[in-house]
Amino acid sequence: MFEIFASFGVALGLIGGADPELARIVVLSLHLSLVAAIAGAAIGLPLGALIAVGRFPGRRTLIVLLNAMLGLPSVVVGLVVYLLLSRAGPLGPLGILFTPAAIVVAQTVLVVPIVAALARQTTEDAWNEYREQLTSLGVSRLRAVPTVLWDTRFSLLTVVMAGFGRAASEVGAVMVVGGNIDGVTRVMTTAIALETSKGDLPLALALGIVLIGTVLAINAGAYGIREWSARHHG
Amino acid sequence: MAERAPFVLEARDVCVVLGGVRALDGLSLTLEPGLRTVVLGPNGAGKSVLLRTLHGLLAPTSGAVSWHRPTRQAMVFQRPVMLRRSALANIRYALAVNGVAEPERSRRASSALARVGLSNIAHRPARVLSGGEQQRLALARAWALEPEIVFLDEPTASLDPGATAEIERVIASIAAEGTRIVMTTHNLGQARRLADEIVFIQAGKAVERTASDRFFEQPASNEARLFLQGELPWK
Amino acid sequence: MEMNLPRAFRRFSFTWIAAATAAATLIAAQSAWAQGTFITVASTTSTEQSGLFKEFLPAFTRATGIEARVVALGTGQALDMGRRGDADVLFVHDKVAEDKFVAEGYGVKRHEVMYNDFIIVGPKSDPARAKGNDVVAGLKAIAGARAPFASRADKSGTHAAELRYWKVAGFDMAKDKGPWYRETGSGMGPTLNTASGMGAYALTDRGTWLNFKNRGDLVILVEGDKRLFNQYGVMLVNPARHAHVKKEAGQKFIDWVVSPAGQAAIAAYKINGEQLFFPNAGSGN
Repeated sequence: MFEIFASFGVALGLIGGADPELARIVVLSLHLSLVAAIAGAAIGLPLGALIAVGRFPGRRTLIVLLNAMLGLPSVVVGLVVYLLLSRAGPLGPLGILFTPAAIVVAQTVLVVPIVAALARQTTEDAWNEYREQLTSLGVSRLRAVPTVLWDTRFSLLTVVMAGFGRAASEVGAVMVVGGNIDGVTRVMTTAIALETSKGDLPLALALGIVLIGTVLAINAGAYGIREWSARHHG
Repeated sequence: MAERAPFVLEARDVCVVLGGVRALDGLSLTLEPGLRTVVLGPNGAGKSVLLRTLHGLLAPTSGAVSWHRPTRQAMVFQRPVMLRRSALANIRYALAVNGVAEPERSRRASSALARVGLSNIAHRPARVLSGGEQQRLALARAWALEPEIVFLDEPTASLDPGATAEIERVIASIAAEGTRIVMTTHNLGQARRLADEIVFIQAGKAVERTASDRFFEQPASNEARLFLQGELPWK
Repeated sequence: MEMNLPRAFRRFSFTWIAAATAAATLIAAQSAWAQGTFITVASTTSTEQSGLFKEFLPAFTRATGIEARVVALGTGQALDMGRRGDADVLFVHDKVAEDKFVAEGYGVKRHEVMYNDFIIVGPKSDPARAKGNDVVAGLKAIAGARAPFASRADKSGTHAAELRYWKVAGFDMAKDKGPWYRETGSGMGPTLNTASGMGAYALTDRGTWLNFKNRGDLVILVEGDKRLFNQYGVMLVNPARHAHVKKEAGQKFIDWVVSPAGQAAIAAYKINGEQLFFPNAGSGN
């Protein structure tokens, strides 16, 4: 228990001391998680909206599958991505295993189902409200996709932040495909795992506090943007 | 708007079954340009279903709804549905979706807003407007599309008398330009004010179609007479 | 009714711009990170956690201009990485497995580099009376007393060594283990965490132990037995098997590590004044 208090002290010391290695790890972690969140959103938002608005055979099965993937075990994702990116695997020639790009790939794979499933629910509610009016105006189902996405943008921002949180907190998959290489693919979560396994628990906890703090700050920023926008645009 | 041949909308023996209930039961109707039609009938008669079927939002279970040539239509619902953007942007969206490019789009959108008297709130978020303002906006949006026929499903049912009067004024303006109006309402006074002809529906069938004045004085059918007696017992 | 696609995409302009910016920064960062040559070295968690790489890899980069990126896994995983061609050089400590690796054609040649030693740690009270300088006697005492023992059980070099010591002591762990033998299936650090948490004995390399900060009640109980020496070897992954292996840079690494400069750098690494690894390149295969 005492360790937790000691860790706050270590955490403040780390931040105040502006340790350059810590700074580099934090910047790398945020960069990769943001890229994965944006890539995941670029794929997941239209996908979710298409499923919400579309009408095709097997739609309900697809929705059940999508919701089930909310619980996708990340360690399996890490293993599969590793096998794909390994030199012995189909995407080996890309040569991105054990580089930051591989981390973005694994994180994006984890983010897409979350964003798609939640976006599907959000846009479907909006579509139910708008469907008659939009159809009356001559809007096709396909054309309605960007419309419902834009109209639910405030809720979708929260969805994307959920995706970002997922990317930023991932350990296992990042460890497997990134290799936790010092100075190259070591991010906050894998650094915490490493310090924990070395038995340096106060440092690990301190890094955890810094990680939670940064994610909190980003979420606060996103919430602020959302509130400001909502007030100005209704 | 009169450059093309007049449109004809023909509904033939239309049956619509919704949730196991026969909402429309072999209804036949022909609509051509010119008049202002109000559809009356008791609750559950099928008025809303009729409008939606004619507009194409519902497919007939049997029978057919056909237009002799492609015709520009619009519909206004009892509760206006606005997108999360400004009033002007809502109209611009409708025009964009229908292939109207700049600078025509801006021109028509502003002009539609002006005709319903909402120019001063063009940039306000549409969803914070009052019920009456939103319904006026819905009419402006429909009007901007320059439709040949407009369907209105109880457009003033959720509004107070002041807003109702505004909406009736706009509807009358639209009709005056030559646009065909097909409207449902529960408000018989409104029906008298606006209608040229009444289509009376009961249990999914069109029972009577009479000029408005004659309908209220001496309806041709028994059902209509009973309906009017129920609604206006002092007559 | 026509679909006005370009306008639809305009709505997403901020998303496309954000994604494009992100992609651009990632590509830019990638090229920044990938400056110069680098090799991928598969090594073991115990070696990395001893802190050795952080000390002597910069010396290698200064001498050759090549960056050595270490991926630290268990020996079993490291060898598997070599078989798949995901690493250029292997730096592990399991002679038997390494020789097999070369014999099967996955590696070019095994070179000895350095050795450190294993120790047995356990609770200060030493309930099994394992203390001493005889690893076999110590293990016999632990098994006899059914004292809790935490094993890595992860196909690592340390685990392979542990099983060999048990065998010499007369125990076939596949058959003789009881509930007192706790298989954690994890690296050295987590296994020590577990041992510390449950007051168990464990076999560990001295490097990880010296760097380990969560000792709790654990102390060194068995050390100094010649059989506890742990030999490290380095191998180039066979470019005949995997054409993309960086054989020149990889060979430079091996040459440097067994050179006097590399060996001196290894010997220079100390924790609290204590030397961890003892260079012995060229002392026979």
